[in-house]
Amino acid sequence: MSAPSRMAGRTLLGPIVRGVSQAWAGWVAWAAVIVVVVAAPLFINKSFFLSLLCRIGLMTIFALSYNMLLGQTGLLSFGHAVYYGLGAFATMHVLNAVHGGIPITLLPLAGGAGALLFGVVFGYVTTRKAGTTFAMISLGLGEMVASSSLMFPHFFGGEGGISGNRVTGKGWFGINFGTQLQMYYLIAAWTAVCIAATWSLTQTPLGRMANAVRDNPERVEFVGYSPQWIRYLMVVLSGFFAGIAGGLTALQYEIVTAEVLSDYTSGIVILMAFVGGVGSFSGPIIGAVLITILQVAVASVTPAWPFYFGLFFLIMVLYAPGGIASIVAEHRAVWRAHLLSRLLPSYLLAALPVTLLVAGIIAMVEMAYATVNAVERGTAELHILGVPLDGAAALSWVEAAASIAAGLFLLSLAGKKVSQGWQDVSAVLRAVAVETGP
Amino acid sequence: MSTLALRLNGVCKKFGRATILQDVTLDIPAGERHCIIGPNGAGKSTLFNLISARLPTSAGQIELKGENVVGLPPLEINRRGLSRSFQITNIFPNLSVFDNVRCGVLWTLGYRYSFWHRLGKLRDARERTEQVLEQIGLSQRRDTLAGVLSYAEQRALEIGITIAGGADVILLDEPTSGMSRSESDDAVALIRRVTEGKTLVMVEHDMSVVFGLADRISVLVYGKILATGVPTVIRANPAVQEAYLGKSLSRA
Repeated sequence: MSAPSRMAGRTLLGPIVRGVSQAWAGWVAWAAVIVVVVAAPLFINKSFFLSLLCRIGLMTIFALSYNMLLGQTGLLSFGHAVYYGLGAFATMHVLNAVHGGIPITLLPLAGGAGALLFGVVFGYVTTRKAGTTFAMISLGLGEMVASSSLMFPHFFGGEGGISGNRVTGKGWFGINFGTQLQMYYLIAAWTAVCIAATWSLTQTPLGRMANAVRDNPERVEFVGYSPQWIRYLMVVLSGFFAGIAGGLTALQYEIVTAEVLSDYTSGIVILMAFVGGVGSFSGPIIGAVLITILQVAVASVTPAWPFYFGLFFLIMVLYAPGGIASIVAEHRAVWRAHLLSRLLPSYLLAALPVTLLVAGIIAMVEMAYATVNAVERGTAELHILGVPLDGAAALSWVEAAASIAAGLFLLSLAGKKVSQGWQDVSAVLRAVAVETGP
Repeated sequence: MSTLALRLNGVCKKFGRATILQDVTLDIPAGERHCIIGPNGAGKSTLFNLISARLPTSAGQIELKGENVVGLPPLEINRRGLSRSFQITNIFPNLSVFDNVRCGVLWTLGYRYSFWHRLGKLRDARERTEQVLEQIGLSQRRDTLAGVLSYAEQRALEIGITIAGGADVILLDEPTSGMSRSESDDAVALIRRVTEGKTLVMVEHDMSVVFGLADRISVLVYGKILATGVPTVIRANPAVQEAYLGKSLSRA
């Protein structure tokens, strides 16, 4: 328990005041998010930013639906694109079939319903077993569905995909979703609804029993529940939300191609959930926001972005398996105990070596790409933040290698300080916990 | 017949060619506290695994309250009012103590796979969970993650999950194993409390626990029941003394 709450606990009203202020802080935070989301277009009303924000919304829903499986039920799926993609195709077909017969605002439900139906069928197969078997079956199913997209061109539109027009009339008060701005508010509203719905689901008997299945499926059988049925329901419900994300994707881009079903799509949602943190509800939201921004930002400056993504994922898995959400949670606990000052000096100490290391790695990767592309470009020279480098010159490679070596060496020293700081801080936190504990 | 909680008739278990349990026949009346004792490897835990359907039975009948339950999956047997604990602690480590126990009450209260009830508003589930936490002495630890409890606390939680659903036939597999004397005394008091008015079948090594708690005792040796009877009879049985208890019996 943190120091401020200990102080509050000394008065009779302490716990109540504490509870109210925490709940209040939560509402304030959510209200702030809503204000920012609603007001964002007033400040950056450029279509590039709006479509980036739209993509963040879609991916938030998709990542949350994925974490219903991985984080909440303990099911590692390599084929979640199946539900996202089929939801997108279903929505596009309904859009083209009804010609405005269903309001566009409700059309993502068609994607959800379509994906839910596929979940009812596929889930029956995939959830027979958990663990590695489930992961492998989900991979196989993902490949099967992705390859069917070329086998059934009538439904999937072959190489070109299928397209449609979301503007089906004048709409009420001129809201026909013809503009990106109107689409932005539609996606924002659906994202809010899906966040609320997936959160509520974690607070139901099924949601809690899914956590129990994640922790210990055998014991679940001995309290009267079928782990297999719980997995099945979670796959079906998660498919529903993935389908809504897919449906919004179809409306946003007005074209759906086989890419939405690809292993790349399945992979990126794992990346988002994991980097954000599968152990908490908000983790996948953080991951979806961060990865989508990185995707756009990094991809616009370097062709090597998949390499950086892979490296980033690797480092997160190795050093922060709880994701960004758990890093934040740990530091918040330290901050509340007024101990952050014990960590910051070591962090500052580590900043220089990390910079050297990152700079060296980026230099090497970019020089490698520049060298490969030198045939076309005629030169392997490049500038990174004004620093001239040449992939054909040995000196540039030596400089990069030296930067990495120095970074690694200094980091090994600074790393000791950081871990000392953490040992120190967690010892104090434990002592506080014992003192105020039961 | 209807007063029998459990009736085993000719129950056998084979792993390949090895016979682990042979022709086990045993009647346990409702409300009895029955202990099963025997040397290591006698098949006590296997017998529990057959009754609770953790393992398939090779031959014979197992009747729970007059109904043959051989071939039913574990969850069906649990729903028919038999609940078991495990020798090796078997809890939900990343859920809070409160949630662990609540997972044990949800099915019985009829919430099943509901995703339309809010857990926080289920007053009956909360009250039943709080009652169980009170009984097992973990009320103060309700918000702690089960995985970080002490060993003795985890054993208590194990019993809490087992009894939470209100089953009237309770199987406890070595509930005091690995405990100190005082922890074991607490555990026995706890078991007495929570199995009041219920049928209890218990595997136990600790003779002082067995003779203090049991209405009747069965001795299992090499997969067969050597004797069944009230403690004084078992204590006096020469075959039992010779086969298993020996000197430790006279000390107990």
